[in-house]
Amino acid sequence: MLRPLEPVGRSSRIVLGIAFFVLFVALWAFATFGGYVSRTFLADPLTMVSDGWNLLTVQGFSQDILVTVGRVLGGFALAAVIAVPLGILMGAYKPVEAFLEPFVSFARYLPASAFIPLLILWAGIGEMQKILVIFIGSVFNIILMVAVAVGHTRRDLMEAAYTLGSSDTGVVRRVMMPANAPEIAEILRLVLGWAWTYVIVAELIGSSSGIGYMIINSQALLATGQIIFGIIVIGIIGLISDFLFKAINRRLFRWRFA
Amino acid sequence: MKLVVENVSRVFPGVRGGEPVRALEPTNLQVATNDFISVVGPSGCGKSTLLRIIAGLDRPSAGRVLLDGKPVAGPGPDRGVVFQSYTLFPWLTVADNIAFGLREKGLPERQRREIVASYIDKVGLRGFENHWPKQLSGGMQQRTAVARALANNPEVLLLDEPFGALDNQTRGLMQELLLGIWEREQKTVIFVTHDIEEAIFIGSRVLVMSARPGRIKTDMPVELAHPRHYTVKTSPAFSALKARLTDELRDEAVHAANEH
Repeated sequence: MLRPLEPVGRSSRIVLGIAFFVLFVALWAFATFGGYVSRTFLADPLTMVSDGWNLLTVQGFSQDILVTVGRVLGGFALAAVIAVPLGILMGAYKPVEAFLEPFVSFARYLPASAFIPLLILWAGIGEMQKILVIFIGSVFNIILMVAVAVGHTRRDLMEAAYTLGSSDTGVVRRVMMPANAPEIAEILRLVLGWAWTYVIVAELIGSSSGIGYMIINSQALLATGQIIFGIIVIGIIGLISDFLFKAINRRLFRWRFA
Repeated sequence: MKLVVENVSRVFPGVRGGEPVRALEPTNLQVATNDFISVVGPSGCGKSTLLRIIAGLDRPSAGRVLLDGKPVAGPGPDRGVVFQSYTLFPWLTVADNIAFGLREKGLPERQRREIVASYIDKVGLRGFENHWPKQLSGGMQQRTAVARALANNPEVLLLDEPFGALDNQTRGLMQELLLGIWEREQKTVIFVTHDIEEAIFIGSRVLVMSARPGRIKTDMPVELAHPRHYTVKTSPAFSALKARLTDELRDEAVHAANEH
C-alpha cells in the first residue's frame, strides 16, 4: 500500500498535515485534562489560549512580538548585507578563500549565545546588543554557505561565458551571481530560521521587552500557558516568514520553477 | 591561413605520482578561411582537447595556436564554441541567451534585438524567444546554443560533439540546419564528432585522429557538391568515403580497446 516515492494527492496531503497537529493537541489535552501532568508544570490547551488572549489584549504582547521581529530582521539584514558579498568573493576568488576561510570556519563554531555577556559589557542591554547576537550567529554561516554555493558554479557555464567574450569580473557578475541567486536566497531562508533561536536567547538574558522577555518573566510566575503561547507564536511567525520567503523566491526565480 | 595549429601538444600530469598522460602528440593543422573541418576519432583521442586548446579553454603543453596570425592566449569572442553539454544560461530566456555575447560587447539594445531576431529565425525558434532553457527539448537547446555562438559573429566556430546527446532524427535535422547556415553565410568551422556519417555529411575536410596518444592520422577532403541535401548520404560517393573512414577508425578503435 505504501509505495516508496509514490506521490500523495493535494487534498490528502493537507488532511495528513493537519491531522498531526490535531493529534498533537489531543495528546496534550489528554495529558493535562486527564490529570496525568501537574498544572503547575504544563498548562492545558484551553488555559494556553486564554492566557494568550490575555497577553495580546491586556498585557500588550503584540508590542513584544513587533520588537522581537524587528530585532531579528535588523540583525539578519545586517549579517546578509555583509556576508553575501563576502561569500561571493570567497567562492569566486581562491586567494580570498584561502585568506578568510580558516577564520570564518573557526568563527562559525563560536556559539553566539556565549557572546551575550561580552556584548552586554560592550554594547549594554539595548537594541544594539540583541542585533549583534543575531549578527554573530548568522554572518559566518551565511559567508561559508554562500562561498560553497558560488564555488560550485557549473564550470561549463563559466567557460561558455568566456567564449562569448565575458571578462573575469563579467563571469562573476553575469554567471556566478545569477546562477547561484536561488541558492543564496535558500541559504538566507535557512539562516533566518536560526536567527530566531539567537534572538530568543538574547532576550532571555538582560532584556525588558520581546517574546523571550515575556517567556522568562512567565517562568517566575509559573505561567506555563503564557510560555507555551510565546513558543507557539514564534513557530507561527517562522512558518509565515518561511512561506513568504518561498513565495518571493518562486517569483524571483521563475526560470527554476518553470 | 585563418587558423594555424603549430606543434601543439598536451600532456596531463600523472595523478598521484602516476604516469603523465599524453593526450595530444605535437599536432599541426592549417585551416583556411571558410573551411568546414570535421574531426572524427575514437573517444580519448584528444579531439576535444585539441578543440579546447584552440578555444583557449585549455593550454597546450607546447606549441601555439594562431588566429589571423596572432597567438591565442585564452578564450575570447573571436572563437565561438558550442559544447556537447547543454550550456545555455538557465536564468536567461532564449532571446537573452542569444544576446549574451552582444551585451558583453556593449551593443545597444536596438541592435541587439535585431541580431537576436535574425538568428531566432535562422535556427527556427520563432515563438520560443521568451522560453527558459528548461522548457526546451535538447535539440532546441542546441539550436539556441548555435545561435548564441553565431550571433557573436566569431572568426571561427568551434563545435564539440554538439549533437552527440540528441536522438538520430533530431541530429539529422540539426546537421542540415548547421550546414545550411554555413552554405549561406560562410564561416570557418571546426566540428568535432565521433560519428563518421556526420563528419562526412557536414564537413569539407575530415580529419581522423588516432587513439592515445592523439594525433591527426588522416586529412581527407570531402568532394561532395554544395548545397548538400540529406539524400547525399545514400550516394555511392558518400558510401565510398564512409567505407574508407570506417576502416581507418576501426583500426584506431581496436588499438584503443587493446590498450585499455
